[in-house]
Amino acid sequence: MSAFRVAIKELWGLFVEDATLTIGTLACIALATFVLPRIGVPAHWRAPALFIAVALMLLENVYRGARK
Amino acid sequence: MSWLHASTAFVAAFLASLVECVEALTIVLAVGTTRGWRASLLGAGASTVFLAVLVLIFGPALGRVPITTLQLVVGILLLLFGIRWLRKAILRAAGVISIHDEARIYEEEKALMREAGAAPRARFDTIAFVACFKAVTLEGLEVTFTVLAIGAGGSLLVASLGAALAALLVIALGLVLHRPLARVPENTLKFIVGIMLTAFGIFWIGEGLRFPWPGQDFALIGMIAALVLLSMLGVRIARAQ
Repeated sequence: MSAFRVAIKELWGLFVEDATLTIGTLACIALATFVLPRIGVPAHWRAPALFIAVALMLLENVYRGARK
Repeated sequence: MSWLHASTAFVAAFLASLVECVEALTIVLAVGTTRGWRASLLGAGASTVFLAVLVLIFGPALGRVPITTLQLVVGILLLLFGIRWLRKAILRAAGVISIHDEARIYEEEKALMREAGAAPRARFDTIAFVACFKAVTLEGLEVTFTVLAIGAGGSLLVASLGAALAALLVIALGLVLHRPLARVPENTLKFIVGIMLTAFGIFWIGEGLRFPWPGQDFALIGMIAALVLLSMLGVRIARAQ
């Protein structure tokens, strides 16, 4: 049982370390998937918008992480 | 699969494997020199076989998933994985969190192994076997995920080759030097891998959502370049706090 728990914890740890970073990343993806098409952002702008959103979110997270 | 994807997949898998193998080598060396080599090498070898089996099982299975679903799911996982590495590398480069110190980890692991008592002479040393199996498995899981994820688009063989080559290189250096590879610039490598996996992840999410990329595959190069600049800015911002 403990080996199974360790395995699950390690797998989880591969993707989640700072919860705000994970939530922020998923929020950017959700924004690109659901919001951008609905507000009429042209198709060729959606992928670059996703990149910019993730980049800005990362910078904000680094700024906050450094202030802690 | 374009040459651009294949070469990026090879480099990303090679570097990710290099970093993780260096970390695993430190533990195997510490356990081996303290408690003996037979059980330590058997533990490391058993773990390597286990990880290779994972790739052999999941690699071909991923090929059966519809391509857009695969790109979206793997893209999300790659982005979560890569951005975690990138954030950590930025904070380490800025001095906010401490750099991974192989020499210190080596000494700590040796002390831990000595505390566990003398290795049994007559029978198999389970402690050494488990310690090495666990270390190689934990470090190798990240390599396995990287190989499976970036190889999922048709580059599995190329990514596996990159990872295997790095592992062989580290094993050869370990055999020759017999001490941890403390001079390997781990954080710089993690920086590069984090950038590459983040770019790969975003690219694949875009592909999975059927968003057209300006410049098509070359958008990957553009994102890598932009992420390099962004990371340098991130280091400056973090240092200024």
